[in-house]
Amino acid sequence: MTAAVSTEVGTELPALSVRLKRDDLVRYAGASLDFNPIHWNEKTAKEVGLPDVIAHGMLTMAVASRIVAEWIGDPGAIVEYGCRFGRPVVVPNDDEGALVEVTAKVTKDFEDGTVKVNINAAFDGKSVLTGAFARVRVS
Amino acid sequence: MPLDPAFIGRSYPPSQPYDVSREKIREFAEAIGATSPAYRDAEAAKALGHRDVIAPPTFAIVVSMKTNETVMFDPEIELDYSRVVHGDQNFTHHRPITAGDQLVCVAHIDSITSRMGNDMVVVRTEISTVGGEPVTTAKSMLVVRGEDA
Repeated sequence: MTAAVSTEVGTELPALSVRLKRDDLVRYAGASLDFNPIHWNEKTAKEVGLPDVIAHGMLTMAVASRIVAEWIGDPGAIVEYGCRFGRPVVVPNDDEGALVEVTAKVTKDFEDGTVKVNINAAFDGKSVLTGAFARVRVS
Repeated sequence: MPLDPAFIGRSYPPSQPYDVSREKIREFAEAIGATSPAYRDAEAAKALGHRDVIAPPTFAIVVSMKTNETVMFDPEIELDYSRVVHGDQNFTHHRPITAGDQLVCVAHIDSITSRMGNDMVVVRTEISTVGGEPVTTAKSMLVVRGEDA
């Protein structure tokens, strides 16, 4: 398989903006079976010292994976994906929710048919996933 | 009290097999807003060379979370679950998780370190088919926040 898009080092992927609202968190809780109440219950979130309900780190990570999957076409080309959970995405109980802005760039050619894509996911102007990257098979 | 590093290298018995279904993959893909046809349409997935619909790269957490919990609730380790935060996550896919797979997880404690009053536990879950084909290696770092941290 050869990628239909440019995968040269330095290529910037089409940016992605995703708005996460409370119902998205509930839906992800159900789909992932992660029912930790800090992701849907304000009272619990505040009791553990959070400003409000926060998105699952794994939801932010999953949403950020879309930038690579939608760019490369075959999500099966993502052979490795990792990140640290640097900051929480705080999701208020309103119609706006939280806006997560995802950008990504090809940063390295491993010369074994795979490239490294560095991913940045920002909320409120700050990066929420630290060191997020994917290794993607391109040929 | 810091966690005992003697638990490094500990392994757990294999999990019950997890049956990967097209419907669960579709539900997960919808929950993350993913649009790739390979997650929803078996014909589209086959056109890309897959046996059936494939799962998004982070779907493996659904399969491996129970084994993380086995470690978190291991009575011998005495880990304070209420202080556990997910520090980082990495998935290495030997091949995509595919509908129809029957997957078994084996968890290992790869490392335990302490820094500034927090304990960091790296749990590696090897996900393979019931036939023994390696599918995904999932590594989770669990941070146990210290009482003063």
